[in-house]
Formats: sequence, C-alpha cells, structure tokens
Amino acid sequence: MANAPTMTDAQGSPVFLDMHEHDHEAGGSTMLGFWIYLMSDCLIFAMLFAAYALFGGSYAGGPKASEIFELPLVAVNTSMLLLSSITYGFAMIAMQDRKKSAVLGWLAITGLFGAAFVGIELTEFSKLIAEGATPQRSAFLSSFFTLVSTHGLHVSFGILWLITLMVQVGRFGLTAANQRRLMCLSLFWHFLDVIWIGVFTFVYLMGVLR
Amino acid sequence: MSAAADDHGHGHGDHPPVTRKGYLTGFLLSVVLTAIPFWLVMDKIITSPVLTGYVIMAFALVQVIVHVVYFLHLDPKAESGWQFMATIFTIVVVVITLIGSLWVMYHMNVNMMPGTADSASGM
Repeated sequence: MANAPTMTDAQGSPVFLDMHEHDHEAGGSTMLGFWIYLMSDCLIFAMLFAAYALFGGSYAGGPKASEIFELPLVAVNTSMLLLSSITYGFAMIAMQDRKKSAVLGWLAITGLFGAAFVGIELTEFSKLIAEGATPQRSAFLSSFFTLVSTHGLHVSFGILWLITLMVQVGRFGLTAANQRRLMCLSLFWHFLDVIWIGVFTFVYLMGVLR
Repeated sequence: MSAAADDHGHGHGDHPPVTRKGYLTGFLLSVVLTAIPFWLVMDKIITSPVLTGYVIMAFALVQVIVHVVYFLHLDPKAESGWQFMATIFTIVVVVITLIGSLWVMYHMNVNMMPGTADSASGM
C-alpha cells in the first residue's frame, strides 16, 4: 500500500493498471473460478485417496475390508448418485429451455436422490460402528471413514446448496445470476459423482478383492 | 439484467448448449461402466484378484473420462483454454502426489517394518 515507486509516475501521482480494456459483465469469471475451486477440492480427495491406499491394508488385527463391505448396498448407493446426475442434467436442459417449474421439479428429484445417497451411507456407517468397526479401530478404518465421509459431507452441502437455489429460483426466477449458480452447482454435483467413481472402485471393490 | 443478457452462453464462455442426447449418452455409458466392475467383483468372474483390480481400474478411468466429457462438459477451448489448463495442471499434481506418496511410503514400510511389509502391497 505504501508508495511503491513503480506504481507512481514522475509527478508522484499513482498509476493504475487498466483492468477494463474490455467490459467484464458481473460473474463473467465465476465459472472458471469455480472450476479452479473444484480442482483444489480434487487435490484434497487425492490426498485422502493416497492415505487410504497406504493404510487400506493396515487392519491392526481388526476387521478386514472384505469382511465389512456390503457390495449390494454400495451398488444401490452408486445408482442413487448416478440417477441424481442424470436428473440434474435434465434440470440444466429445462433451464436452457427456460422452463422454471421443470427446473424446480428436476432439482427436487435430484435432491431426493442425493438425500437417499447420504441416508444409505449413514446407515452403512452406523452398521459398521455397531459392529465395532469404528474409525478408531485401525488405520484402515480411519482412512476409510475420512475419505468416504468427506465425500458424504460434500454431497450433504450440495443438497443444502440445491435447496437454497430452489428457493432462489422459486422467488426470483431463472435470472442470469441464478442460472450461473445452477451451472456452478451442476459442476459441483457431477464432480462429486466423479469422486464417487474413485471411491467405489478403489475403496469398496478393491477392498473386497484384497 | 435484461432478458437478452441472460441468454445462454453469455458471460460463461462459449459453452455449446447442453443436450438431452448428450446427458443420456453419458448416463447409459456410466451405467454400463459401473455395472461391469460390480459384476466382475461380486460374481468373481476373473479368478485372479490382481487382474480384476487392473480391469476395474481401467473401467474407472474410462468412466471418469465419460463423466468429464458428458456431464462436466470440459471443453479445451472454453475460457480461452484456462479451464483445460487448470485441469491438466491438477492431473499432473495429483499423479505426482499419488505416485510419490505410494512409492515413498511403500519403501519406508518395507525398510522399517519388515514384519508388516505386506500391508502396503495393495494398490
């Protein structure tokens, strides 16, 4: 903030960078910014996957992955997330066609699939904990719970965001700002589905294979 | 904002419009690419677990690409290429950190805990 010599001209009056060589409308850079946030989120998940890959076999005498994972339940959970992806896609198509009530309807269905996903995951967690497979039991279980619940937490916040946007769209309609927000949530939602591909492959399927 | 200004494509780069066909293609592909790995593991189609592991990893990789193309609509030309650039950069960092961590930690395990070295042999 001090008088940096390069930021003033010969008379000592400040020189400003011209940031407006062409007009940026409000939110013009939001999509790129949000993408970069998703990429940083990707790094968080990469670290959690790395931790799981290292500790996935450290059972410490506790339950093994193949003993506690129920693949049919995971398959149902995976289909919930996949279905919510396609219904969000339909919401985006409805948004493009400017059909407000269709957008709200598809968002509601997406939210229900998302809630079903979180519900099934919590059921699975409570079963595991009841069986004594708690996060404290072994390094395997610590890394498992950290990775899977971080994803679940993302989905939960996605549902919260989705409800907020339904209220916004319901009250203010498909304004430019709301469309931008819906597109951000679309990226977020589909991104979580991509992370889930990694989870069901590396954690559940490969855990059972071990 | 006027109705004209919030027309699609304005302000968020030059994304082509999303289509029902695109989403349905992506969905059908991902259903198939999800169902096959589950089937392979649950019904033990391939006798070698190691081979099954590699096969399902290949399916996961293909499915990630399907999702990125059909659902996330990653377009190398969008945002003057910066979106694609950020993605490539992230992939490079993720690959280096994942392989680096696994490599270093595996050898630490082998060298420091001879009795439990097999615990790091997965993946």
